[in-house]
Amino acid sequence: MTLTASTDVTAAGTGQPAVHLDGVVKRFGTVTAVDGIDLRIRPGEVVALLGPNGAGKTTTVDMLLGLSQPTEGTVQVYGRSPQDAVALGLVSAVMQSGGLLKDYTVEETVRLTAVLFGKPRSAVTTALKRAGIADIADRLVGKCSGGQQQRLRFAMALLPDPELLILDEPTTGMDVGGRREFWDAIREDAQGGRTVIFATHYLEEADAYADRVVLVRRGRIVADGTASEVKSLAAGRTVRATLPGAELADLTGVPGVESAEVRGDSVYLHGRDTDAIARYLLNQTAARDLEITSRNLEDAFLTLTADEETPA
Amino acid sequence: MTATTIPVTERRLPAFGGFSLGMIALELRRLLRNKRTVVFSVIMPPAFFLLFGSSGDYQTERVGDGNVTAYVLISMAVYGAMLATTSGGAMVSIERAAGWSRQLRLTPLKPAAYVAIKLTLAMIIGAVSVLAVNVVGIFFGADMPVGTWIACAVLAWVCALVFAAFGLFMGYLLPSENVMQILGPGLAILSFAGGLFVPLDTLGHTFATVAKFTPVYGVGELARYPLTHDGDVWVAILNVVVWTALFALGAMWRFRRDTARV
Repeated sequence: MTLTASTDVTAAGTGQPAVHLDGVVKRFGTVTAVDGIDLRIRPGEVVALLGPNGAGKTTTVDMLLGLSQPTEGTVQVYGRSPQDAVALGLVSAVMQSGGLLKDYTVEETVRLTAVLFGKPRSAVTTALKRAGIADIADRLVGKCSGGQQQRLRFAMALLPDPELLILDEPTTGMDVGGRREFWDAIREDAQGGRTVIFATHYLEEADAYADRVVLVRRGRIVADGTASEVKSLAAGRTVRATLPGAELADLTGVPGVESAEVRGDSVYLHGRDTDAIARYLLNQTAARDLEITSRNLEDAFLTLTADEETPA
Repeated sequence: MTATTIPVTERRLPAFGGFSLGMIALELRRLLRNKRTVVFSVIMPPAFFLLFGSSGDYQTERVGDGNVTAYVLISMAVYGAMLATTSGGAMVSIERAAGWSRQLRLTPLKPAAYVAIKLTLAMIIGAVSVLAVNVVGIFFGADMPVGTWIACAVLAWVCALVFAAFGLFMGYLLPSENVMQILGPGLAILSFAGGLFVPLDTLGHTFATVAKFTPVYGVGELARYPLTHDGDVWVAILNVVVWTALFALGAMWRFRRDTARV
């Protein structure tokens, strides 16, 4: 079920992955938020970290930014510890919410970031322009809309001129128009070759903006490939049949079956050649009451990320 | 890695962990934008002085090297410095609530530099507060030798460091956005208990003894000493040192927990 992107993880000629997660586990007390993630991201890739709420995306992002330490495993950003990478401005982030003071103006907020990163005033103007908020520079942050605040966070993230930009659920709470504008700004920026990782639970965002999609479920990577590779997971169809006493192990052995599920007396067999699966079921087993349905992207996502203990 | 970004070899960390005049200037501007801070630290203490210290009787009655008005003036300067530095330190509470502290962790600013900036800001508005009360005092009947006057003002300001540490401690302890609504009345009570509003000898022996252990007592006694040459200086110094240490340790303890909370 897991797709893997090509193993050559580094850009030609440069030896270092932008991000290297090695056996990363993060536990909070008895809760395991991230359960063994291995991930390499090449410089220049635009990667979507896709998964439902609570899949461990934000926890992973926090570790990439040095805001939290993995319980096990190592996290490296451009060959350094995340804290060092952050301090040098190699990595910056647009966080989901918070992180702004409402009694600063937009321009002051960006200027403060510039002061901290030792950047000149001209960098402030550039960042404001690139984030599309130069016209509201003198507005107090408290008076800005959610979309404007998000673009302010984007301007702050652009200031250190990072190699890697991390966006954590960047468009949550934005309307359709605001979302499109925000992504246009990001896409324009990424053309310069910046590495971008964005966590999202919007399929269409992953589909539209990522070169590579990493599907996360319950703290693990369940699929990893180009957007079209992951989409091809959705190309198959599902045969549902009533087959009391079916064993999962037998079903996955059926020719053409890519994945199988048993729910009570019903079995669900996923695969491309559903005719062959149906023929096999009717000829070789006691299955009856067959239905064949096609899966869409939404289904693939749900199948890949569904919680086994609470079937939808 | 790309032509558009700065090569890693040319990236530099800021000097002094990010403690810079540019940051202090921006923070000061924001602080002055907060009307409550301005009222608390610049308007209220001179107003209290006018209310409680500038009556005709007080201007003629003598205390030490000056008049009672000067005595009240020093007390109000201490009170102002206290309010100002506490609210300066307590800014961290608002910033933590807003997630700003977390945002700052995505910059090269070192936590120690952040604390140093907050303390500097607290002491700057503390100085403004002391200055405001003293300027009003010049025009409204306070009388003491110039040297005494300066010594008292400087002591009131320097000793307010206790409350900068107190504000910082409370800022890390209380996650409330309205932390000064708790600390304001708290400071008023401590000021009564420490003999800042009413001389302790008018309140009875037991109360006066207990008062010596409260944090405002030492600051008030020390700041007034150049005027009164009265009271137990060593007890006052001990009081200031012990409370500063306690509040600073408390702030450090919470600060460590805050930065390690991951």
